[in-house]
Amino acid sequence: MSNNTLLSPPPAAQLKEKFAKIKPRMTDNEAVIEASRCLFCHDAPCTIACPSDIDIPMFIRQISSQNPTGAAKTIFTQNILGKSCAYVCPTQMLCEGSCVYHGLNEQPIDIGRLQGYASDLAIDNDIRFFEKGKSTGKKVAVVGGGPAGLACAHELTRLGHDVTVFDANPVLGGLNTYGVAPYKLDNEGAKREADYIQKIGFEVKSGVKVVSGEPKENQIALSTLEKEYDAVFLGLGLGKSNKLGIPGEDVEGVIGAAEFIYKLREKEQKIPVGHNVVVVGAGNTAMDAAIESALLGANVVVVYRRGEADQSAYDFEVEHAKKAGVGFTYLASPTKIMGKKRVEALKCVRNELTKQQSENEKGKSKTMVRAVPNSDFLIPCDMVIMATGQEKFAEFCESIAGAELDNGKLKVNEQFQTGNPKFFAGGDCINGGKEVVNAVADGRDAARGIDKFLLGDR
Amino acid sequence: MAPTKTHTGSDKLKIDFAGIKSPNPYWLASAPPTNTGYQVMRAFEAGWGGAVWKTLGEPIVNVSSRYGAVNYKNIRMMGLNNIELITDRSLEENLKEMKEVKERFPDHALIASMMFETKEEWHDCIARCEDIGVDGFELNYGCPHGMCERGMGSAVGQNPDVAEKITSWVMEKATKPVIVKLTPNITDITAAGLAAQRGGANAVSLINTINSVTNINLDTMAPSPAVDGMSSHGGYCGPAVKPIALNMVSELYNHPDFKLPISGIGGIETWRDAAEFMLMGASSVQVCTAVMHYGFRIVEDMITGMDDYLVQHNKNHVSELTGISAQKITRWEKLDLNYKVIASIDAEKCIGCQLCYIACEDGAHQSIALQANTRVPLIKDDTCVGCNLCSLVCPVDECISMVHIDEGKPKLTWPEHPANRHSVAGGLSR
Repeated sequence: MSNNTLLSPPPAAQLKEKFAKIKPRMTDNEAVIEASRCLFCHDAPCTIACPSDIDIPMFIRQISSQNPTGAAKTIFTQNILGKSCAYVCPTQMLCEGSCVYHGLNEQPIDIGRLQGYASDLAIDNDIRFFEKGKSTGKKVAVVGGGPAGLACAHELTRLGHDVTVFDANPVLGGLNTYGVAPYKLDNEGAKREADYIQKIGFEVKSGVKVVSGEPKENQIALSTLEKEYDAVFLGLGLGKSNKLGIPGEDVEGVIGAAEFIYKLREKEQKIPVGHNVVVVGAGNTAMDAAIESALLGANVVVVYRRGEADQSAYDFEVEHAKKAGVGFTYLASPTKIMGKKRVEALKCVRNELTKQQSENEKGKSKTMVRAVPNSDFLIPCDMVIMATGQEKFAEFCESIAGAELDNGKLKVNEQFQTGNPKFFAGGDCINGGKEVVNAVADGRDAARGIDKFLLGDR
Repeated sequence: MAPTKTHTGSDKLKIDFAGIKSPNPYWLASAPPTNTGYQVMRAFEAGWGGAVWKTLGEPIVNVSSRYGAVNYKNIRMMGLNNIELITDRSLEENLKEMKEVKERFPDHALIASMMFETKEEWHDCIARCEDIGVDGFELNYGCPHGMCERGMGSAVGQNPDVAEKITSWVMEKATKPVIVKLTPNITDITAAGLAAQRGGANAVSLINTINSVTNINLDTMAPSPAVDGMSSHGGYCGPAVKPIALNMVSELYNHPDFKLPISGIGGIETWRDAAEFMLMGASSVQVCTAVMHYGFRIVEDMITGMDDYLVQHNKNHVSELTGISAQKITRWEKLDLNYKVIASIDAEKCIGCQLCYIACEDGAHQSIALQANTRVPLIKDDTCVGCNLCSLVCPVDECISMVHIDEGKPKLTWPEHPANRHSVAGGLSR
C-alpha cells in the first residue's frame, strides 16, 4: 500500500469546521454576563487549584467591571502563558473543578474561556504589562522554547537578565505549537502568544538544537552553553514516542502519537490518515490522536491493555473521543503488527485483570494484567498510532556533570536547580509529562531560582 | 361593545379603595404603559384590576432619548429613570379612548391622573372625565422633572400649603374619589400626606419617582439619558426604590393623624412586593417599571401568588394584610437591647466560598474564623454581635441562620439603659 490509498484530508472549509475551537472566544457581552456570576470567594478554591496561582476571582471581577486590560494584567502577572493555559488546561480538573458552585449544583464559572477572553484582548491589541528589568549583566541560556522555556525566559528578562532561548523547532511554542490539539489552540494562536511573550526582549534562536555530543549544522553543544552563560534552564519537554517492542513496529503506517500530532500541527491538519486507525494507549495524548484521526475521517479504535476505570485520560477527553466516534477496545494488548510493507492489521491478545498482592509493597493489592491464553484476535487497520508515553532525554541529561535523574526525569530542588548548580530545569523533563500550566509555573519559579543563584536575595 | 371578561383572580382580591372598586389591588401606575386605550385594554385583558391613565394636562412635547437605567451585574434595569413628561396627546383624544376602555371593561378601575395650573383647568378636566365615567382621580403632585420647572408636579408636592390648596380646588368639583400622588423628594412625607388630607383628598398614592442621574457614559462623559450630549435629572423608579417607598408608606400609615387609604407604588414586580406594600399599609398597589420591562402578563403571577399567600396565611381578604407589618415598625429607642441573636453556619449546606468570613473580618466584627482542613468557617459565638451581615452575603439559602440566644434578661431599651447618661436609671457619670 502506498500513501495515495490513505484518506485525503477533508477540504479546507470542512477541516476548519471539524477542528473548530471547543472553547470559542467570548464576546464582551458573554464575558461580562459570565463574570458577573462569580461570587468572589475569599481564598478562592479556583486559585488554590491553579498550578500557576492566578488570582482568578480578581481577574473575573475585572472582566465584570469591563476592565479586561486589568484582568489580563492579573493573569499575566502569574502566568504569561495565560492564553494557552486558558484553552488547553483541563479546567474541569483544576479551577473550574473546584468552583464552589458545584456545591449548589450550579454550572461552575467558565473560567477558562474568561481567561482566554482577557488574554486574547491584550495579546491581539499588543497591550504589554512588563518590560525588561534593569540589566544585571548576567547571561542565561534557555533550552527549549515551549511553555516552561518561554515562562522562564520572560521572567528572567523581567528580572534584568540577558536571555537566549535555543529552540530546535522552526516555530516557537514547543508543545503549544506542535503538541496540543488544534481545536484547543491553533497554530496562529500559539504563535501569536509566543511572539507577544518574546516582545519583552529576549533572544530566540529557532531551529537550533542543543546537543550533548559534538554539534553538527544548526546545533550547539550543551558544553558551549555552560561555558558562555551564567546559568542554563532546561525546558526540554519529552522526546520521541515510546515503542512497544513488538514485531512489525517498523512497517509503514506505524507512527508515534507525538510524531503524528507534530505532523498534524505542522501541516495545519492537512495530512492523510488511514481509513482504519488503531490508537494504542488510553492517556490524554492517545485521546488527542484518536479524536484528531476521527475528525480527519478515519474509523478509530483505541486499544488499551487495562479496563475503562484504569485509563489515565480525563473523563471529559474520553467523552470527547466517544462523541467524535472513537471506539474503545479495553483489556487487549497488541502483540504483533501485521503487514508486509504497510500495516494491514494489529494482532492483539485479550487480557484479564487479577488482584494480587504485590511483593514489593506489603499490604497493597495491585491489579495485574494477565494475557488470556489462546485469545488472539486481529484488528484490520492501515494505521497504528502508538500512544504509550514518550521517551525522556536521559542521555542528554546524563551528560550534565552532577545532574541526577529519577526514572529519566531530571531531579531538581525547590529552586528548580539540578544537581549541577548552574543548571535549572522545569516542565515535562522534570515531571514526566504534566499540563502546560505546570510547565509555566515551573519555568517562572525556576527563573526566580536562577536569579537567586546569580545574585542572591535582592 | 359587550364587556370583556378577564381573569383578575378570586373574590379575595376585590377591593374598594376609597370608594374606587377594583377586581384586584393591581393597578398600572400613571406612566408610559397607560398612555393609550390600546395599552390599557391589553392590560385589563391580561388581568390588571385598574389603571391610572397617563397624566392629562396641557399636551407637552417630549425629548429623545428619555430613559436611563441602572444595571446590577446581570440584572438589567434594577433601577430606571425617565425625563418623559405627561401626556403628549390632546385631552379629546385621551377622553375618547378612556371612554372606550370603560365601556369594554366596566368593572375595572379607571383613574384619571391630572396636572394643571389653574383652578379652571382642573375643574374643566374633572367634569369631562366624570362625563365619560372615570372611577376616580389622581392628582400628580409628584413628577420631579420638567413639569416642576413650570410650577407643577413635585413643585406642588414639595409645598404642603400649595398642595392643600390645589386639592381643595379639586374637591370642590369632583364627585368621584380623589387620590393625591406624593413625591418622595421631600424631607418628611407625612407633611405632604397630611396636607392632602387637609385639602380633603380621599386617598394618597406614593411614591412618585426620585430625583436621579442613573449613570454617566464613561466614553462620552454624557449623563444618561442623553439628549444630544446633554441630560437632565430624571425620576428614578424600579426595584431599587422599593425600600425607600416601603418606609414612606409605613411612615404615613403609622402617623396618628393620617387616616386616608394608601396606594403603594415603587419597584413592585411580583406578588411578594405587593404583599410587602400592603403589610406596610397600602390598600392597593401600582406598577410601572416591571411592566415596562416584562409586559402586562406579569400580573398572572401577581394574582395567583397573592391568592395562594392569602390561603397560606388564613386571610379571607387581601385587605386583611394592610398595615400588619407597619405596626412592627417602631422608634429605635423602643427596641430591646437585651435581645440577642448570633450567627450559625449549617456545615452541610456550606459551599466554602468564605464570603461570610471576609465580610465579617473586613466589614464587621472579626467574629468568624477559618478552620484547618475544612473550608467551612466557624462563628466565634463570644464575639458575634448578631449583625446579620454573614447571613446576607451567604449565597446559599438557609445556610447561615441567626439564632436567638435567650439569656433570661428582661427587656431593656435605650432610655432605661445604664450607658445612657439621660436614662431613667441615671446613666453613667461623665
